[in-house]
Amino acid sequence: MLKSIALKAALLSVLLLGCFLLVWHIATLPKQTVAAVDSEYAKLMGGGAPKSTGLPTPLQIGEAVIKHASDPFYDNGPNDKGIGIQVAFSLARVTAGFLLAAAVALPLGFFIGMSPLIYRALNPFIQVLKPISPLAWMPLALYTIKDSATSSIFVIFICSIWPMLINTAHGVASVRREWLNVAKTLEVGVLRKAFYVVLPAAAPTILTGMRISMGIAWLVIVAAEMLVGGTGIGYFVWNEWNNLSLTNVIFAILMIGVVGMLLDMLFGLLQQAATYVE
Amino acid sequence: MSSHSFLQIRELSKRYGGAPKPVFEGINVDIERGEFVCIIGHSGCGKTTILNILSGLDSASGGNVVMDGREVSGPSLDRGVVFQGHALMPWLTVAANIAFAVKSRWPDWSRERIQQHGQKYIDLVRLTGNESKKPSELSGGMKQRVGIARAFAIQPKMLLLDEPFGALDALTRGTIQDELLSICSQTQQTVFMITHDVDEAILLADKIMLMSSNTSTGPAARIAEVVVNTLPKTRTRADIHHHPQFYKIRNHLVDFLVNRSSAPTVMNSIGGIGYPPEIFPGLTSEEDSSDKSQKPSLKKIK
Ligand SMILES: Nc1ncnc2c1ncn2[C@@H]1O[C@H](COP(=O)(O)OP(=O)(O)OP(=O)(O)O)[C@@H](O)[C@H]1O
Ligand SMILES: [Mg+2]
Repeated sequence: MLKSIALKAALLSVLLLGCFLLVWHIATLPKQTVAAVDSEYAKLMGGGAPKSTGLPTPLQIGEAVIKHASDPFYDNGPNDKGIGIQVAFSLARVTAGFLLAAAVALPLGFFIGMSPLIYRALNPFIQVLKPISPLAWMPLALYTIKDSATSSIFVIFICSIWPMLINTAHGVASVRREWLNVAKTLEVGVLRKAFYVVLPAAAPTILTGMRISMGIAWLVIVAAEMLVGGTGIGYFVWNEWNNLSLTNVIFAILMIGVVGMLLDMLFGLLQQAATYVE
Repeated sequence: MSSHSFLQIRELSKRYGGAPKPVFEGINVDIERGEFVCIIGHSGCGKTTILNILSGLDSASGGNVVMDGREVSGPSLDRGVVFQGHALMPWLTVAANIAFAVKSRWPDWSRERIQQHGQKYIDLVRLTGNESKKPSELSGGMKQRVGIARAFAIQPKMLLLDEPFGALDALTRGTIQDELLSICSQTQQTVFMITHDVDEAILLADKIMLMSSNTSTGPAARIAEVVVNTLPKTRTRADIHHHPQFYKIRNHLVDFLVNRSSAPTVMNSIGGIGYPPEIFPGLTSEEDSSDKSQKPSLKKIK
C-alpha cells in the first residue's frame, strides 16, 4: 500500500516535470516569423542568434548542466570559475558562519534553558535582534570588519544563531521533570547530567533549530554574495546576469535549490537519528 | 519504636508556599530495616509529598527524617525511587537505562561489570531477551518492571515506590506484585510504598499506614493508624483470600477509607511525641469486629 503510493507519487512527479518541460519548451521556441521580420532589428541588437534573445529553452539548460558538470572545478581568473568552485566557496562560508553560530548558540542556549532568570534577562534582547534581516547587518559588518569575505561569514553567523539559540533554550527548559528527578536521585553530577540526560532529551528540538538555521543561512548566503561579490554561487548569479546569460542564471538557480535540498536532507537525517519515541 | 529505628520520621509537616494550612503535620513514623510499609489515603492527602521528602526531592516545612543515623537533606543513591510514570529515558535501551543507574552508583566499574550487574536485575524482573529494546517497544507492565529493576540495581538501603502499579491492568499487576514480593523477601529490602489498592497493601505490606484526609476545611492530614499485617509472611496472592484474618484486615482498611478518614485522629504520646496507634485488626475476635464484618463492597479506593 505504502509502496504503491510512493511509486504513484514518483510517477506523478516525473509526469509533472515532463509537462513543465514541455510547456517551457513550447513557450521558448524561437519564433521564426518574428525573427524574419525583425531580422534587421535583431542584427542591431547584436547577434540575432536565438540564444541571446528571450528565455533559454530547456535544451539549452540541459547543455549548460552537462557543460558545467563535465568540468566543475576549472579556474580561469576571478570572473570565470567552475560551478563546483563557486558552490564550494558558498558552502565554506555557510559552514564557517553556521559552526560559529552553533559554538555560541548551543552553550548559551543550554545556559539560558537551565536558568529561568537568565532566560528572562536575555529575552528582550533576543526578541529585538531576532527579526532583524541579516543583510541589514552588512554595512555595519563591512565597516567594522573591513573584509568582505569575513563580513559574509558574519552575516551567516548572525542569521543562524537565533533559531539555534531559541530552540536549544526551549528544548533544555522543557526536559521532562521526571528524567531530571531520576538524575537527582542517582546523584548524577552536573556535566554528566548535561551530556547524558539534558542533551539527548533536548536533541530533537535542538536539531530542529539547527535545520531551520541552515535553511536560513543558505537563503542568506546568495544575497550576501551578490552584495559582497568576488566568489560564491550568489556572485555567480550576479555575474551571469551582468553577462546577460540567463541560461547560466537559471542553471545557478537550479544548483541553489539542489544544494539547499541536500543540506536540508542531511539535517533531516541527523534529526531522525536523535528523535526518540516517548 | 526504639530510638534507633532504621528510618525515623519526626514531626514532619509540609506547607506549600501560599497555602493557608499545611498539607500534613505531626507525622511520626518509625520503619525498621527490612520492613515493607504501605501508605494508604485519599487522593490529595499528601502521600506523594511525603515520599518526595523521604527521597530528598522535596524538602519539609517542619520536622525531619533520619535514615540509618543520617538526616535526609537531599536525593541520595541510598534511596531508590520507582516513579509512578516509570520515568525511563526513552532514548536509551532497557540495558542502557539500567547501566546508567549502575554507573552512577559505581562510577569506577568497568563496562563489563556494569553490564553483568545490570543483567542480573533484568533477569530478576524476567525481562531477559528485551535488553536492547527501547522503552517505547515495551508494554506498560514491562516498562514498570524496568523501573523496578533500575531501582533495585543500585542496591539502595531503602526503596520508595509511588503507586508503581497504578497504570497497570489487574493481571499484569498481580504478576509484578508477586515478583516484587519475592525480590523483597530475597533481598531483605526496606520498602516504602504508596498504593490505592487495599488488597495490594495486604499482600505486600508488613505495616499499613492509614493517612487521614486533607480537606479544605478540616485539619491537616496525619497518619491516623498503623495497621499491623498479621498474616503469615508466606502468604501468596493465590491463597491470601482463604486466610481467616484477611477479611478482618481488609474490612478495617475499607472502613477507615470510607467512614473514618476525616474523623479526628487520636495519638499515643510516647516521650512527648504523638505516635499513631498500632492496630491489629487481624487478631480481633469475631465479636469485636462483627460490626464491620459486612462483605467489602469497595475493591479500590481512588
Ligand atoms: N507543587 C505544589 N504546590 C502547591 N500545592 C501542592 C503541590 N503539590 C501538591 N500540592 C498539594 O498538596 C496536596 C497533597 O498532594 P500529593 O500529591 O502529595 O497528594 P497524594 O496523596 O499523592 O494524592 P494522589 O493519591 O492523588 O496521588 C494536594 O492537596 C495538592 O493540591
Ligand atoms: Mg500521589
